Amino acid sequence: MDAVFKALADSSRRKLLDRLHARNGQTLGELCERLDMTRQAVSKHLAVLEGANLVVAVRRGREKLHYLNPVPIHEIAERWIDKYEHTRLQALSDLKKKLENRND
Amino acid sequence: MTSGPTFVYVTYIATTPERLWQALTDGAFTSQYWFGTRIESDWRVGSRVTFWRDGALSDSGEVLEYTPPRRLSYTWHVEFHEEFRREKPSRVTFELEPAVDAVKLTIVHDQFEPGSKVFAAINGGWPKVLASLKSFLETGRGLAVAGCEAAKPAQDEAIARAQRGAASARARG
Repeated sequence: MDAVFKALADSSRRKLLDRLHARNGQTLGELCERLDMTRQAVSKHLAVLEGANLVVAVRRGREKLHYLNPVPIHEIAERWIDKYEHTRLQALSDLKKKLENRND
Repeated sequence: MTSGPTFVYVTYIATTPERLWQALTDGAFTSQYWFGTRIESDWRVGSRVTFWRDGALSDSGEVLEYTPPRRLSYTWHVEFHEEFRREKPSRVTFELEPAVDAVKLTIVHDQFEPGSKVFAAINGGWPKVLASLKSFLETGRGLAVAGCEAAKPAQDEAIARAQRGAASARARG
């Protein structure tokens, strides 16, 4: 679990997770597009994310595709969120989304 | 490269490949961690796989690969709601690899139809099942969030999510 928190404690790495969340299964090249990071930096961040099992790389032919693996984040949530809190938290989260972004 | 979206989920479970295999293929085990779902099949390639919840058929499929305790693959057709029943089956593949003191379990769910409602509906379902499977094998108990009593709300939520997805897709044009 330390590895997950360490991996998440960096905004560049969270940005990479956001991009995979928006579109899963991207190559390193695709992930580098429109980012203020060098290819080496992205590659390094991806290695940290893979080490924490937050990103899974799958080989498809000559390409290596990166997938967001939400399982460790889910395990963290399971640890502290009581089963009866899920619906209330979902309602809160929906409300926040609605108020903050009406176009969503 | 297959078309359409794909899920890839990985988790490490402190167990043996044989026990994990049994947990994935034996209905007496699946019903304890998988929203109360009982899986049934004779596990011959080409045979039918059925998923039962509260005595009703919830999903079905066909065995594509059965290589214990390494690789399991079947097609997956959602039966519990009319909107999902119309879609072609997708495919689920489980890969088990021994790791240090644990088994690395990789689940790949792919071959969804373009614009699949099933995809929208089950997005987020696997992590719950996996967390419950992990708890079941490591502590002997599945998690309440994926237990029998969570099955009905989970199905309702899946249907609601699919309908929301369809509505927002329409709104986006």
